[in-house]
Amino acid sequence: MRIITSALVLLAFAVPALADEATIKLKEAPGVEAVRNNCAACHSLDYPITNGGFLDAKGWTATVTKMQKTFGAPISDADAKEIINYLAANYGK
Amino acid sequence: MISRRALVAGTAALATTKAFAETSHLTRGLPPGLTGALGSLPGKRPLLELSQRPPNYETPVSYFTGPITPNDAFFVRYHLSEIPQIDAAKWTLNVAGKNKISLTLADLKQMPATEVTAVCQCSGNRRGLSNPHVAGVQWGYGAMGCAKWKGVRLKDILEKAGVPDGSVEVSLNGADGPPLDKTPDFVKSIPLWKAMDENTIIAYEMNGEPLPHFNGAPARVVAPGWTATYWMKSITDIALLDKPFDGFWMKSAYRVPLGLFPAIDRFTTQETATNTPITEIMVNSLITAPADGARIAKGALNVAGLAWDGGRGIDRVDISLDGGATWRPATLGEDLGRFAFRPWRFVAQAQKGPLTILSRATNRAGQTQVAKALFNPAGYHHNVVNAVSVTVA
Repeated sequence: MRIITSALVLLAFAVPALADEATIKLKEAPGVEAVRNNCAACHSLDYPITNGGFLDAKGWTATVTKMQKTFGAPISDADAKEIINYLAANYGK
Repeated sequence: MISRRALVAGTAALATTKAFAETSHLTRGLPPGLTGALGSLPGKRPLLELSQRPPNYETPVSYFTGPITPNDAFFVRYHLSEIPQIDAAKWTLNVAGKNKISLTLADLKQMPATEVTAVCQCSGNRRGLSNPHVAGVQWGYGAMGCAKWKGVRLKDILEKAGVPDGSVEVSLNGADGPPLDKTPDFVKSIPLWKAMDENTIIAYEMNGEPLPHFNGAPARVVAPGWTATYWMKSITDIALLDKPFDGFWMKSAYRVPLGLFPAIDRFTTQETATNTPITEIMVNSLITAPADGARIAKGALNVAGLAWDGGRGIDRVDISLDGGATWRPATLGEDLGRFAFRPWRFVAQAQKGPLTILSRATNRAGQTQVAKALFNPAGYHHNVVNAVSVTVA
């Protein structure tokens, strides 16, 4: 029941699928599009907000790497770098 | 059994009206990103919203008014965002033992029923209070609840399928799944002895009602005493295993440093030289009244709360009004069994000025709450002595 290709998932979630999730406001800053285009495939974008303020660049790198390696998120290394920079700058320690 | 259409409909149902909490909902010590916002899920009263997808919502402290947590107030926790709406009439539980059997809800209801009142508490309850903070769902106090669960002993189900000689663990899989096929599905295992324990059941009723969708309808695992990670919701597949289950959610997740916590129950087939799967709930207490930050009148002050542990049972709850220098016993209330919330109360004489109330539970094994959290990388088992500060005017 969960066999969908990653590409399809990304297409499906590239625009917020839920009206409610549109109320989640990430800080508008360089890299936010990479976050929206990758992270929202699997989870709402409130995670960086609730996890904001205590992870440094190393902590956010560990989190994003976990999403790639452990959870199999098809995030390119270039996007991962952009996401980490965004999170560390806007939701960092 | 479960169509993608139903799945999408279930997800869309999450579109909610929002209310914003008053500051009193904000728990001291949480990370700065927490707003105390309440969100509403279908079938639930407003709960503190931690994440929308997957849905993670906790029970505000003010809802814990007794030893039973109402179904519509019970916390919601999912790891993975594909959560199907299940048609209970078409649902089956597949069990692989000596034989492969498939049971419907009607089949389960024809088997001998049993009831247990037990606390379901997320391993990461109070993670948001970890110092330093650690990544994850930033739970405050409410990723827990206590319900009267009715269902069939897992032992009876396993024996129906036949327990092969040499079985060591039982794997548990539910209907929820990841949106990406590369993401590990949420599958857990428990030791054979825990699966065969008379208190471990597959529950189809919660507080006399069918299970709510967001608490594992139509049937879930109830593993009294153990943290909720093993209480698989919307259970669909159970298998007897002759070797330790090696999925991600056992091998890498939900582990605590070996020896850090005074757990009595062990999960030896999964232990390594350095860590172990989390097992039983650590003894704990919560002051439910007065509310933290409240302004109260001087004189007799009624303090109320809950205490619970991993099933040894609560022996005593002590209260301190002087920062822990001296302690006096609270009066324990209704006893719904050793796995349940135990209510307690205490009458304090409040003098004008600031007042901090501390509560500390001790179980029948002599274990008590810690003064300072035992740090661990995933923020599990937070059972620091509870504190509520009020102003007496």
